[in-house]
Amino acid sequence: MKRRLLTTSALAAALTSRLPRPAAAQGGSGPLEIQFWHGLPKPLGTQLEEIVAAFNESQPRYRVVPNFRGSYSEAMVAAIAAFRANAAPHVVQMYEVGTGTMMAAGRAVKPVHELLAESGVQIDFSDYLPPVRGYYQAADGRQMSMPFNSSTAVLFWNKDHFRKAGLDPEKPPTTWQEVEATARKLKAAGIPNPMSTAWPAWVQVEQMSAIHDVPLATLGNGFGGLGAELRVNNPLMVRHMDNLIAWQREGLFKYGGRDNAGDALFPNGDCSMITASSGIRARITREARFQWGTSMLPYYSDVPGAPRNSIIGGASFWALNRGPQGGRTPEEWKAVAEFYRYISQPEVDAKWHMETGYVPVRRSSYAIAKQKGYYEKNPGAEVPIEQLLRGGETTENTRGIRLGGYVEIRNIMQEEMEKAFQGQQNGKQALDAMVQRANQVLRNFERQHRGR
Amino acid sequence: MRKKVIFRGVGLPILLLAPQLAVTIIFFLWPAGAAIWQSVLQEDPWGLNSQFVGLRNFQEVLTDPDWRLAAWNTLIFSVAVAGSAMSVALLLAVQADKSIRGANIYKTLLIWPYAVAPAVAAVLWLFLFHPSIGIIGRALNAAGILWDYKLNGTQAMLLVIIAAAWKQVSYNFIFFLAGLQSIPKSVLEAAAIDGARPMRRFWTVVFPLLSPTTFFLLVVNLVYAFFDTFGIIHALTGGGPGKATETLIYKVYVEGVQNTNLGSSAAQSVILMIFVIAVTAVQFRFIERKVHY
Repeated sequence: MKRRLLTTSALAAALTSRLPRPAAAQGGSGPLEIQFWHGLPKPLGTQLEEIVAAFNESQPRYRVVPNFRGSYSEAMVAAIAAFRANAAPHVVQMYEVGTGTMMAAGRAVKPVHELLAESGVQIDFSDYLPPVRGYYQAADGRQMSMPFNSSTAVLFWNKDHFRKAGLDPEKPPTTWQEVEATARKLKAAGIPNPMSTAWPAWVQVEQMSAIHDVPLATLGNGFGGLGAELRVNNPLMVRHMDNLIAWQREGLFKYGGRDNAGDALFPNGDCSMITASSGIRARITREARFQWGTSMLPYYSDVPGAPRNSIIGGASFWALNRGPQGGRTPEEWKAVAEFYRYISQPEVDAKWHMETGYVPVRRSSYAIAKQKGYYEKNPGAEVPIEQLLRGGETTENTRGIRLGGYVEIRNIMQEEMEKAFQGQQNGKQALDAMVQRANQVLRNFERQHRGR
Repeated sequence: MRKKVIFRGVGLPILLLAPQLAVTIIFFLWPAGAAIWQSVLQEDPWGLNSQFVGLRNFQEVLTDPDWRLAAWNTLIFSVAVAGSAMSVALLLAVQADKSIRGANIYKTLLIWPYAVAPAVAAVLWLFLFHPSIGIIGRALNAAGILWDYKLNGTQAMLLVIIAAAWKQVSYNFIFFLAGLQSIPKSVLEAAAIDGARPMRRFWTVVFPLLSPTTFFLLVVNLVYAFFDTFGIIHALTGGGPGKATETLIYKVYVEGVQNTNLGSSAAQSVILMIFVIAVTAVQFRFIERKVHY
């Protein structure tokens, strides 16, 4: 028993200390190897690795070695630990919530604009969708990371349920006012779960702020510096949160759990309407035994300026230095730049879009998919792209979110929403609590990065 | 006359001890040392900007209402898991110890859950109790009981307790059964002849004689509830809703892995380490002597 106790305490200690060391990148003869860690499980991971294999075949000098490292957050922590042990991968795929942390990582990362300038490789970022490239740019417009798999939030609705409730199955609600009326009819028709949501914080807080052109945080949603403060306790969000709470009480809306837990509620025919990532399209196609449609996120029609473009989710690629002392050769950076150039090609991007359900990140890839008749065969698949392009260029409030420690802040938002849905607090109190707790995280992050 | 056997020199004994020492150093002393060092630093995740802050991380952890909530959750969770897992296991062991038909099959089946990985166990329970896709969850809602552990903190806690206790019942069962079988039959027969009824025999003879097993299991179960239930909580509730099922070990993970806040996470794990050392010390110094063997 003594041994058991000792082992357990050692485990407790080990939990916070370093993770196992990854194999160091090796040179030697043959093509130059580039380590690439990603966070996509099957089947998406396989499709990503196919693109990598195609790059390796397209030229003889470099070989990118893909490596699945668990979920995004696990890949992120693994990369951080590897960096501290001077064995970081050349490229790591990082989810959009980690962007603020990566931007503040200083010399740990090699920005895309530097990579391209030093290696003479060219990528035309002006062709990228503004909300996609903007999310991964510094405040001054320089590209920091390489956009890749991107999605946004949309509304899916169950046409069979609409028919049952005597509603027009081809006419989804476009505003929250209509959503409420529709949900009431669905409930009256005996449907137990008229509406739900996946990714509560991303959809109901972040996307809502963006499409109504309302700031989520000060300093341009954090693009202006580490001193930003969360500002979600504004009248629009209070109104929306109080609505959700009231609808939940009335049985018009059901909370579906954190992050992607709500995803399952739509394809199995449980809820009639769901706001979720456009990325679950493939899953719905595969699993749903009913007719369904895709539509843009609802908005409040009386808010001036609404609706604007929504923001993205997904991930981008970050080039990393080997460790705190740097340690990469120009040839290695050149290899990374060539890899980026390869994945940026519209044909590659269009293929990825059509096979996976992520949005195309470039206008020219969108054109290719159109030309191939993808949207005629897959009605609704262009909705997320149109929503991202709505209103032209992005504003300060629709460019994205650039807050440090944002993984934690998103969890805080979900926790406070859960407390509100349990009836412990109203919308204003929930949002005030989010602001107060998130600002603590932001100040802590600022303190950690001071004096850089 | 006693003969002392001592090695000559230090080479051979060190060589013989080397594997154990290496394991202890690599898997215990080194990570524990790293955690202690990390706990007095304030760092960005990449380790590029490091500052010695003394005990500030500890002070922040101990005054953090979220940490106190997690400590409270851990207390409720551990006591409930240990209590329910042990009492159910004892009941089953007493029944299995009787001469019943098919006792071996019964015993084997009871041991199975121990082989189920925590995450898998959690998924099994999720399929039972999920409010919209779980069999029992739907039945509860149909019966008019509002069941939604994703929103109701008490229900969430109840669910993780049941799932965690269920997994530990098998382990306790094996030990209780072995304990019961080692109780001399003569003692029980003597009590029976004296006219003690089965219930009285159990509480006055069997239970006291089982006390070493019970105490051993109590410590093991508490440690299990503290440290080995991460997978179950992670897969079932992720610490939610709100922070209703966030235990101390889960908070270490959230702080260190999700939030990459290494200083605070290290401070929390050092606190847990101190706790385990204390429990072990108490167990070896005081209680083990007093438990009747």
